[in-house]
Amino acid sequence: MNDTALTRGARWFRALADTDAAQAIAPVWSTDAQLGDETARFIAVVPDPENRFPRATDNVVGLEQGWRLARAVREAVAVDAGTEHTGRRRPIIAIVDVKSQAYGYREEMLGIHLACAAAVDAYACARDAGHPVIALIVGPAMSGAFLAHGYQANRIVALDAPGTMVHAMGKEAAARVTRRTVEELDALGETIVPMSYSMASFAKLGLLDTLMEGIDADAPDTAQIERVRQVLIDAVRSAREGTRDLSHRLQSEAARKTRAASVEVRRRLAEQWDAV
Amino acid sequence: MSSTLNSPAERLRESFIELSARERARALLDAGTFRELLGPFDRIESPWLPLQGIVCQADDGVVIARGTIDGEPAVVAAIESAFQGGSIGEVSGSKIAAALELALRDCERGRIVRPVVLFETGGVRLQEANLGLAVISEIQAAIVALRRHVPVVGVIAGMVGCFGGMSLAAALCSYLVVTKPGRLGMNGPEVIEQEAGIDELDASDRRRIWQLIGGEQRAATGLADILTEDDSSGMREAVRQAFAQGMPQTHRSEQVDTYLARLAQVDPVTITPESMRIIFAGDARTSSKEQA
Repeated sequence: MNDTALTRGARWFRALADTDAAQAIAPVWSTDAQLGDETARFIAVVPDPENRFPRATDNVVGLEQGWRLARAVREAVAVDAGTEHTGRRRPIIAIVDVKSQAYGYREEMLGIHLACAAAVDAYACARDAGHPVIALIVGPAMSGAFLAHGYQANRIVALDAPGTMVHAMGKEAAARVTRRTVEELDALGETIVPMSYSMASFAKLGLLDTLMEGIDADAPDTAQIERVRQVLIDAVRSAREGTRDLSHRLQSEAARKTRAASVEVRRRLAEQWDAV
Repeated sequence: MSSTLNSPAERLRESFIELSARERARALLDAGTFRELLGPFDRIESPWLPLQGIVCQADDGVVIARGTIDGEPAVVAAIESAFQGGSIGEVSGSKIAAALELALRDCERGRIVRPVVLFETGGVRLQEANLGLAVISEIQAAIVALRRHVPVVGVIAGMVGCFGGMSLAAALCSYLVVTKPGRLGMNGPEVIEQEAGIDELDASDRRRIWQLIGGEQRAATGLADILTEDDSSGMREAVRQAFAQGMPQTHRSEQVDTYLARLAQVDPVTITPESMRIIFAGDARTSSKEQA
């Protein structure tokens, strides 16, 4: 694959992991590389035109992608498993540029739900074991694909650039299902924050730790790559200082405002948990 | 009086599928132990639906109940498919996540709580889009953490089935109990037809859909553990049995090598639900010594 044909995920993988793509085998690229003063594992899902599952040739999460993401994460966990008392566990950086899960009848038959769950499981286990898991969103982070690759992270950082977004369903499909036009959907996103497709709105949900402006997502220069690298280093430090679960997501000022109901449900359920 | 009416089996048989979420939770807990948490009188409703002119439900479509199963402390999270198709919004999803997080807290303190999730959902509630997706990731995190202490049992009874991000949550469970009509898949048939065309999948071909993702096929291929009849006491017995098995040696979603090897055996051009049964035969957990 020549350089101009690279997807964003592939491009950022190369930029940050400073590695020859030949070392990484599509559809899941994975390698260890320097991040600050330590080694980190970088993982990206990239297109795989030759994939034997015809619905999973793009940068989507299908059967092989899900299971191979799980393998890439579990390898890193296994390497550091003996270091519990001696050293730090390596950061795992999920470079997120995933259009969707793979839509196909073979995928359903052969258990794409389990393949994606395997990736979720691996990332969650890595986080619970003390690996700082960071999601770096450089493109679309869509629905089930993002659940499998990125949404179990301790910290989520994103480029504020055209084409980066987090959402549960593509805009056209969401418009169809909710019987609205795309324009109506956009208008709704202005007032109903969780429905918006913009990264800036996503940031208001308290789920995003850093939103980086002024970075060319498609052709970053050296200074921009360095900026992103520094944000990753900071996110790793912050993750190590925090808890291993996802409770951090409800503690920001943005979350306390926009996700007041999430906080309230937890508070009142805890009150009623033990019978009086 | 006819003999059919007198037969004890006929008299006791009660459909589980036809029960509401609340009745289902009650049916799974030991008699007389059902206690609902954050019930309708607490009125924690979706903050997002009224903004879109949609009428709320006082429990947001999820019932959380404590009680005992086989005498052991338990919590059941039951999704009500009659409200918004069982879709996961901020409140309904947070109720499930919070219940599992509290069970985890108790387990970490040495007080084991048996968790059961009754999946009946199409996935994210699109009117709450990104918050639905976020809470599903929180439910998943809680299941993975909790199942180190106690088996997490999922039930897919039907008729809605379990789809979207919640199908991943189901796949993370230690044991899955299904009925024949209970379907489990990531993308619903309509979504696949829409995204990939009718040549990929005809969503109106119900027989084919059930062959692909129905409970019987899922159990025959090891993607579900216990296939049970649509019968309330049978369902209770299946859930009891699942807990009695204790922790699986490795969870299904941890068996990376096993499943990659199985996929390698699949010829995508010729694979059918029947030939898949041969490759995916039996329980991977007993045939594999894979380390998690």
